[in-house]
Amino acid sequence: MIHSLFLINQSGDIFLEKHWKSVIGRSVCDYFFEAKEKAVDPENVAPVLQTPHHYLISILRGKLFFLSVIQTEVPPLFVIEFLHRVADTFQDYFGDCSEGVIKDNLVTVYELLEEMLDNGFPLATESNVLKEMIRPPTILRSVVNTLTGGSNVGDTLPTGQLSNIPWRRAGVKYTNNEAYFDVIEEIDAILDKSGTTVCAEIQGVIEACVRLTGMPDLTLSFMNPRLLDDVSFHPCVRFKRWESERVLSFIPPDGNFTLMTYHVSSQNLVAIPVYVKQNISFFETGPCGRLDITIGPKQTMGKTVEGLMVTIHMPKAVLSANLTATQGNYSYDLATKVLVWDIGKLNPQKLPNLRGSLSMQAGVPRPEENPSLNIELKIQQLAISGLKVSRLDMYGEKYKPFKGVKYVTKAGKFQVRT
Amino acid sequence: SLSHPTHYHFNKIEAQMITSRTTLDRNDEMNDDLKEMLESSKESLKLEAMKRIVGLIAKGKNASELFPAVVKNVASKNIELKKLVYVYLVRYAEEQQDLALLSISTFQRALKDPNQFIRASALRVLSSIRVPIIVPIMMLAIKEAAADLSPYVRKTSAHAIQKLYSLDPEQKEQLIEVIEKLLKDKSTLVAGSVVMAFEEVCPDRIDLIHKNYRKLCNLLVDVEEWGQVVIISMLTRYARTQFISPWKEDAVFDGNNEKTFYESDSEEKKDQTENKPYIMDPDHRLLLRNTKPLLQSRNTAVVMSVAQLYWHLAPKHEVSIVTKSLVRLLRSHREVQYIVLQNIATMSIQRKGMFEPFMKSFYVRSTDATHIKTLKLEILTNLANEANISTILREFQTYVKSQDKAFAAATIQAIGRCATNISEVTDTCLNGLVLLLSNRDETVVAESVVVIKKLLQTQPTQHSEIIKHMAKLFDNITVPMARASILWLMGEYCERVPKIAPDVLRKMAKTFTAEEDIVKLQTVNLAAKLYLINSKQTKLLTQYILNLGKYDQNYDIRDRTRFIRQLIVPNEKSGALNKYARRILLAPKPAPVLESSFKDRDRYQLGTLSHSLNIKASGYQELCDWPAVAPDQSVRNVEERNLCKQEFFSVLNMYMNVCSESGSESEDSSEDSEETSSDSGKSSSGSEESSSESESEQKKKKKKMKKMALQKKSKPTAADRYSEIPPVRYCPHIGPLRDASPRSDNQRVYFISTQLLQKIKSRLIKSTLPSRVSCLVQVTTPSFGPVKTYELLHHMTGKGLSAKYHFPRQPCLYQPSMVAVQVILTNSSDHSLEEIHIGDRNPASLNIHCFNTIERLEPEASVTVSMGVDFSDSTQAANFQLCTNTDQFSVSIQPAVGELLMPSTMAEQDFIKEQGKLQGMNETSQTVTMATANTSSQAISKQVLSVANVGVVSSSQSNFHRFAGRTVSSGALVLVTLEMKESSSAQLTINTEKSVMASMLLRDLKQALAQV
Repeated sequence: MIHSLFLINQSGDIFLEKHWKSVIGRSVCDYFFEAKEKAVDPENVAPVLQTPHHYLISILRGKLFFLSVIQTEVPPLFVIEFLHRVADTFQDYFGDCSEGVIKDNLVTVYELLEEMLDNGFPLATESNVLKEMIRPPTILRSVVNTLTGGSNVGDTLPTGQLSNIPWRRAGVKYTNNEAYFDVIEEIDAILDKSGTTVCAEIQGVIEACVRLTGMPDLTLSFMNPRLLDDVSFHPCVRFKRWESERVLSFIPPDGNFTLMTYHVSSQNLVAIPVYVKQNISFFETGPCGRLDITIGPKQTMGKTVEGLMVTIHMPKAVLSANLTATQGNYSYDLATKVLVWDIGKLNPQKLPNLRGSLSMQAGVPRPEENPSLNIELKIQQLAISGLKVSRLDMYGEKYKPFKGVKYVTKAGKFQVRT
Repeated sequence: SLSHPTHYHFNKIEAQMITSRTTLDRNDEMNDDLKEMLESSKESLKLEAMKRIVGLIAKGKNASELFPAVVKNVASKNIELKKLVYVYLVRYAEEQQDLALLSISTFQRALKDPNQFIRASALRVLSSIRVPIIVPIMMLAIKEAAADLSPYVRKTSAHAIQKLYSLDPEQKEQLIEVIEKLLKDKSTLVAGSVVMAFEEVCPDRIDLIHKNYRKLCNLLVDVEEWGQVVIISMLTRYARTQFISPWKEDAVFDGNNEKTFYESDSEEKKDQTENKPYIMDPDHRLLLRNTKPLLQSRNTAVVMSVAQLYWHLAPKHEVSIVTKSLVRLLRSHREVQYIVLQNIATMSIQRKGMFEPFMKSFYVRSTDATHIKTLKLEILTNLANEANISTILREFQTYVKSQDKAFAAATIQAIGRCATNISEVTDTCLNGLVLLLSNRDETVVAESVVVIKKLLQTQPTQHSEIIKHMAKLFDNITVPMARASILWLMGEYCERVPKIAPDVLRKMAKTFTAEEDIVKLQTVNLAAKLYLINSKQTKLLTQYILNLGKYDQNYDIRDRTRFIRQLIVPNEKSGALNKYARRILLAPKPAPVLESSFKDRDRYQLGTLSHSLNIKASGYQELCDWPAVAPDQSVRNVEERNLCKQEFFSVLNMYMNVCSESGSESEDSSEDSEETSSDSGKSSSGSEESSSESESEQKKKKKKMKKMALQKKSKPTAADRYSEIPPVRYCPHIGPLRDASPRSDNQRVYFISTQLLQKIKSRLIKSTLPSRVSCLVQVTTPSFGPVKTYELLHHMTGKGLSAKYHFPRQPCLYQPSMVAVQVILTNSSDHSLEEIHIGDRNPASLNIHCFNTIERLEPEASVTVSMGVDFSDSTQAANFQLCTNTDQFSVSIQPAVGELLMPSTMAEQDFIKEQGKLQGMNETSQTVTMATANTSSQAISKQVLSVANVGVVSSSQSNFHRFAGRTVSSGALVLVTLEMKESSSAQLTINTEKSVMASMLLRDLKQALAQV
């Protein structure tokens, strides 16, 4: 399936290659570079490309391209999903997935890649399994290893690999047994010029951090599970129980994992926490534009809106911005033409405002369309859909774990058209 | 050929510094250092060297010179060092074949290692070394690994199959044999990998799948994610060859649909006789049902593969269940969105309704990548209909203003498509597009012109105003395609704009030489058309343009000019064609059809690379059309041996229930089983009998139920047995059945069980008593009788593993000559135990049917497993080793003589007749004293049955109690007679050929009868 993998940085250097079958020369990447050249923006490179003898499937993570070489028919999503899993694993192991970190841990990376695929077919992709075979680097261990010649590589087959619950390793022990669940909801919305909602939906995810001894069997139930319209689960969740009782029953992986993602039905009206009054105009005569943005609270359920930030991709013709913010700071990146206004906490008594003039390149026709505003925000202790966890029960173990649930609402792809 | 990038990797400064030495020297020196390190005796130095070498490989640098030094370390004890050597070896073995051979023996040794991890990794490396000489060794290793006890090693062997096949395709036939064997594997670990091997080596051998089809369907939810994708894709292809189409218009019913039941028969009958209603094959339904839960997978590839399965296999009205899940994937990474949108684009052409409710999910955000935007636009256009077009057009208005001009242009194309498809909005769209002609952006204007041209062609009569407007704009438009389009419009409709067209031609005559080729061609066309219609005004202009064209640099233009001149200008040479010039050039032209670029993508299976690229990728397997007539369905029926483990046990269990029922009611048991089997044949629930059953039958049923309840107390129930299966994904641990196989699978199991019952019965009949097929042969199991449990292994000696066993007194399914033994394994340690299995046995010839290896037993958990032991009718203990992955414990099962028997039912006269044949040496007799409590006939039966697994023979004399049985191994009759004497003494007589057994049995019985 997957023949080779090349890791490529933003400037087009191949800094790692791995082949699972015969070696394929680097020149195969030239077709990719050609496409990258044409696309201008790295985001616009098509994920699937055809060359005379191979097919190239690539993903862009952070600033790195993961480029895989394929020789025969394969579901492209299979490869894409796998490449993202590889990037996730790096992130998990090294805390980051950047060129520097990968180069620093080249041997571990290579060992990981060796275990993750056999003959191009995924072998071990569960983080728990991999961590038993190849231990993540820590400063302490690397010091000890240098002194003793010890290694990061386990010599037995991870227990998970053989069991029906490959996501959990055996013999987990903690002195403090705890299970935390973060219910994170993101509002995806498009608002039009007048502030009317064009479309809005809520996407939720439950991130879990479970550190429990032994083989706990957990059941998580909701006050209002009917809210959830579409769900996807970590493989540990028993689908049947969900179908019949609308509870999440599972033996959790050890550590951090995504328990479920959900979608709140679009039939329900989505509460929009903020409103935006904006006026951006470019004048036909004179090299000038004006910008005036005010943000105020709308449906916040009595909570405070934090982390408010507005990002605007300005038209190419905008040279600079001369603005005043009543709250927070703004910056305008001349190279990328991105205006960022970092507001912070929203004070309902004194609404933040950003206004001033934009200077335009002379002789260029005024932009046809005003740029859209992308809003970021965060509301603690609130799931905007109203979803509530009612209880968490544990079976199979005798101790009493500490349990905690946290709610957060964020803006997802939240866009205001102007 | 490989370059040596190491030569180039020094920067300029370094190169200047080392003027005297070449980089090649440097390279050698570095290699020398590494060689030295590798040859050092210090493990840490070696490891460091290997790490650096792997670093070189990762960077794509050549480290092949170090091969001899590296390969020496292949047998290192340090596991990390060894692994790095493996990495190196796999990378360079192909280039250094002779040296690579040095390492082979190490791997061959490791293939026999007791640690499964080592065996697996040895096979992985051995099979990855692409050295043709070792093909036979690989073949042998694969064959052995395919039969390994460890499923992990078997999985590795499935991977190795593909490697060997690509190294030497000649091995195909042999490899197919291994694949066939591995396809039968019941481990979820192996399933995905072997199907992958199947797809690579012999995707056309669909016949290998038949027998494994149901198993694969049932295992699917528990297979790892990647395997699921491969299996689903293969099963999609399989289903298209084996089932008939569920898409016939009249066929809305399938097996699960109860509609047929409620519909009035009289009306339907006629149709049915003429046109047989479609009934979905239960196996087809099984696949659909078992894949559905996977739509909730977190793995996007799995969701997509289920979606394509439903698209290609499900009845039309069921396909829409995949919509939500596909829309959900749009939240995922950009690359995932790209593929999913491509597939939705294809789907939305055929099935607007599926995605229309989710239209807003396809609204474009300014931050989307261009290819994502274009795909969303494509889908929105496909979804447009009379009802939603105004919403869509409003949305499009925003897009047209986008700063991303390529996207704006695509939107204009989309508006054009909406305009042609939905006639109500044609005028609105056209007006909107005309407004865009005054847009400042050239690409937008150009695209509008092109689209307007296409739209005008569909209804030219009404739109001379628009054409005039465009002529006015002509001077300002520079995009060649747009200019060409306007010129073509002028020429085509020049009669409608008689004043403007010649003027445009005049302008073109001035700029002709500076125009692009495409514009020049259209200028020539315009000139020709005007010449034919209005030669008075345009004759000179036309000649001028034709002269310019005659000497153009482009030969196409020269050719065209020459052709047009001959066609329109009459002269003596130009023959008949000239007369038709008008009809040729001004023929009415059909309007172009504006259609989706995804129109013909559906020729490829959704979700494939071929679909994504819209070309047939190499190795693409064509999805064939449904067969007109369904192929034989019975090919998928499996024999009992092929059942998957769980099924096997449930079958076993049900069989036991049925069997014991029939035993206690021997006279109607055969009839009984026929009844149930025919019932289940209709695939209604087997245990529910038809309502027309007679009163007596109902009574019987009640009796049966009572007995079943009794049995449940004394015997391990189904639930006990299922505790053997660790909690399975997606599956409630309380219930025995898998998630994806609800009720009707239950029925299937039952169905099989009744078949099986009959088979087993007939086998028992044949093997035990070939000569008699009378009522005498009923082999039965007593429906009551206490179960004694014996200790096999104490948890103190077993390091936490304890084992108990009992004799369930059921016929052993594995082999009729075996005694069934149930072992309860309990883990009373604080850690989980792994790979519990049976090891060496003593005597070695001992015939044991082992239970399947228990991969893992958690602390406090216990499992019940069944095994069979052939004691050869002797009470000699069966000694064997009970092993875990770390320990071995010698244990033994010592059967009481009574357990070596099987009950046999016979009439009294038969008993006496048989007894008559077993006199003299074959008779053992003794007077026994019985406890007073044991003198009732019930108590006697109870005591005797507690000792021996025999059947009660009904007796006409109250002072005689008779029991009959057969030895399990040889089937010799054992007849027990108890003749009651005065007070509490009795004469106990045993007639059998097996005199040793007789005396032992006599002893045991005597003891039992004396006890209370």
